[in-house]
Amino acid sequence: MNLGEGVRLVSFGILALIVLGGALGVVLAPSMVHAAFLLGLVFVGMSGLYLLLNADFVAAAQILIYVGAVNVLLLFAIMLVNRRIPDAAAGKRGLRNTIAGFVCLFVFGSLVNGVVRVPWPISTETPIANSTLRIGEQFFSYYLLPFEAVSILLLLALVGAIILARREFVPDRTESGDQPLVLPERPRAEMDETPKLPETTGRR
Amino acid sequence: MLTVNFFLAVGAALFCIGIYGLVTSRNAVRVLMSIELLLNAVNLNFLAFSSYVDPVNIRGQLFTIFIIAVAAAEAAIGLAIVLAIYRNRNTIDMENFNLLRW
Repeated sequence: MNLGEGVRLVSFGILALIVLGGALGVVLAPSMVHAAFLLGLVFVGMSGLYLLLNADFVAAAQILIYVGAVNVLLLFAIMLVNRRIPDAAAGKRGLRNTIAGFVCLFVFGSLVNGVVRVPWPISTETPIANSTLRIGEQFFSYYLLPFEAVSILLLLALVGAIILARREFVPDRTESGDQPLVLPERPRAEMDETPKLPETTGRR
Repeated sequence: MLTVNFFLAVGAALFCIGIYGLVTSRNAVRVLMSIELLLNAVNLNFLAFSSYVDPVNIRGQLFTIFIIAVAAAEAAIGLAIVLAIYRNRNTIDMENFNLLRW
């Protein structure tokens, strides 16, 4: 994109603020629903950063797949498994979280140190104008085999997720020995009899 | 002047936040969210190098698209596993997932 240098710098600052603040919110927010919506904000900010890096197709794919699919999937999972965890070992976790925070700060410091020190081989060529065309060319010539493998992986993930999330198999054999043609699921009434703790209605 | 170092620093910060969330959170869904943050940080690094080091054969963008596809599959499988565990153990606390502990 043809943006001025100042415009790029300012928009980078705003987007980096959105992304890092949203990521901290995802990790630290007490409510899971707030964390999921902040994760959507992080994804939108990341796609803005991708636009600054001349990756328009990837930015559009990020919006479509992450915000449109993954975030909605996470929200559905929160809706299905929504219960408050009784916080028993809160005092012991404080020390552990502090140690984990210091380790992460150390990792961040060493990563930034490496980033600053290494002389990256910056290219001086002008970036190509039509990146989507180039991505399509490369997908269907040199990267054809990984592309097909990814499509098979997506199909397997679809089938595997359905099999994993289905209710467990209860064999319902009749006296004559043959299997009746019913869906192999536990009946709904039995599912509702699972014992419920009194504090299950909180949102977490 | 916006150089590659800015993007790499943001990627490193996002990666560290993701690792912190991965280690400290007890809710399994929040762990999956942290994994998404980690994958996004990696994507940002790939795109920064694709734009600054290899702007003609934009191979970093291809890798990013592969990572996005694998991340979508991972999210679907991970949430299905979380649902299955919730149905069996009636909790999604990471510290109660000790079925394979010695």
